[in-house]
Amino acid sequence: MSLLTGRLAALRGIVVKEARHVLRDRQTLVILLLMPLVQVLLYGYAIRTDVRGIRTVIVDPTPDATTRGLASRFSASTRHQLVSVQPTTGTMARGFAAGTWRQAVVLPTDVSRRIARREALSVQVITDGSDPNAGNAMKAYAEAIIRRWYAESSGNAAENATPGITVESRMRFNPTMESANLFVPGLIALVVTIVSAMMTAVAITREKEMGTMEMLLVSPLRPSTIVLGKVVPYAVLGLINVGIVLAAAIVVFHVPVRGSMTLLLAMCLLYVITTLAIGIVISTAARTQRTAMLAALGGLLLPTIMLSGFIFPVDSLPAPLHAISAIVPARWFLVIVRGIMLKGSGISVLWQEMLVLSVLTVGLLAVGIRRLSVRLD
Amino acid sequence: MSTASAEPLAISANALTRRFGTFTAVDAITFDVRRGEVFGFLGANGAGKTTAMRMLIGLLEPSEGSATVAGVDVVRDPEGVRRRIGYMSQRFSLYDDLTVQENITLFGAIYGLDDRAIRDRAAVLLERIGLSHARKELVRRIPLGWRQQLAFSVALLHEPQVLFLDEPTGGVDPITRRRFWELIYGTAAQGTTVLVTTHYLDEAEYCDRLTIMVDGAIAVAGTPGEVKGRYDATSLDEVFLRLTRPGVG
Repeated sequence: MSLLTGRLAALRGIVVKEARHVLRDRQTLVILLLMPLVQVLLYGYAIRTDVRGIRTVIVDPTPDATTRGLASRFSASTRHQLVSVQPTTGTMARGFAAGTWRQAVVLPTDVSRRIARREALSVQVITDGSDPNAGNAMKAYAEAIIRRWYAESSGNAAENATPGITVESRMRFNPTMESANLFVPGLIALVVTIVSAMMTAVAITREKEMGTMEMLLVSPLRPSTIVLGKVVPYAVLGLINVGIVLAAAIVVFHVPVRGSMTLLLAMCLLYVITTLAIGIVISTAARTQRTAMLAALGGLLLPTIMLSGFIFPVDSLPAPLHAISAIVPARWFLVIVRGIMLKGSGISVLWQEMLVLSVLTVGLLAVGIRRLSVRLD
Repeated sequence: MSTASAEPLAISANALTRRFGTFTAVDAITFDVRRGEVFGFLGANGAGKTTAMRMLIGLLEPSEGSATVAGVDVVRDPEGVRRRIGYMSQRFSLYDDLTVQENITLFGAIYGLDDRAIRDRAAVLLERIGLSHARKELVRRIPLGWRQQLAFSVALLHEPQVLFLDEPTGGVDPITRRRFWELIYGTAAQGTTVLVTTHYLDEAEYCDRLTIMVDGAIAVAGTPGEVKGRYDATSLDEVFLRLTRPGVG
């Protein structure tokens, strides 16, 4: 009993001391707390794969009530910004080059008459394709508006009479293609990786560098107690950051949480532990804080961004990278978080990913503790 | 080896050896330190004294041989050894972004002292080095000489049986060095055994007994007087030079 209470008191001592390090280093603390917020706002507002305010020009040689209906649909769309309606394509080349035009909708003559006669109506949509992803999205938005306008102008009968196949695509779970829905899970992974793994690795190597680790190692403390005490404050900080990212995403960008919030937070806690374990493994290998930081950045942050499905879909990675991605914890974490937040999935659907993430975590912890037990020198 | 149990030994090393690859850093050293002694561990850089000390405090496993510290086997029960020893290294080793009191509280908790014991012992130790007024100062704000005396005091907080000092007076001024040796003597007088490594041979004269290590082995051992007598030298400096540079003198 007294042995246990003694060990707990020692653990508490280390936790308190580590928390003091964190709280006293105000600059780092402010960066660690503001970073997630800045990241959410940055990704939310600046780095978008969905497109808004597309500067659109309608070229209409023979304006009438019907084509004005199309113009008003474009100006009502939040995705488009109707710049002007012009009779010819005369200034188009210059407009695209200057960027004042990003999309042009070129109508044929006598639109109303053609619709009345149920003739085939060919509308040309010209889109700035310098950014292929944005270009595709812009094209799709314009086509949707034109299709709806045509259906309404010609009446349902006309639409049914149109020969051929009409493809109606709909994006499930993210019908409006909001990029916030996609990046928030990735952002949680990114922020947690930085705070938990990098800060843990740096905090442990700092003690090695300063010589204070020796004082701890010649004490009766077990290495596992030292490390547990040191990582607790960073686990708390990691969870606070998860909260900040989630709150910002829900409040500012209205990202849904369709599944269980409890399950989501539990999975975030698991991932925090995963990254702490990675931080411990790095710290057992790195001699200096600089090495630890570079290892965390290069060896961890890049895979977390590139190989996790955060930016590039895992399935489109080349085979060797695809294989490597299997051991990137963020990849599994992303599937879980996206599943819970966007699809409302639960354990019955996600248990495989959860199992993989748990196994990776236990494995990393085992490696970290074993390497620590060889006395950190 | 038969040990005389009548007089308990603080440290007993028996053919203690440590190899790194093909390099033998410590080569079968055998020595005893009696309780309450101030024992000097001398040698040039790279002679193996730090490696030897790291084996005794359980930071490094011996390749061969055995040793006991405070009666506990360093290989079989390193945790038991660590509970009975104090250690202060040449590198300053307190947390400089914590206050004096916070450092003391931390190490008290690590060694399982209760709050009251920490308070009482800290008061005595701080009084002795004249730092009572600076409890709430961050360690980085107090002068180096005091910091090292503080590290020394913290190493004594849990009342260890054996205190290991690895070049404790590196980089401090002569007055502080003097003051430091007074602390060492005071500690030994209270029954704590002190093993100290140093570069300063004038300091070695203060030791009860000493060894000089050369190339991983103990070249000479004894009281300062015996050692000087054996080489017919007037100072330890002279002995040291003859041992480490045989061509000279």
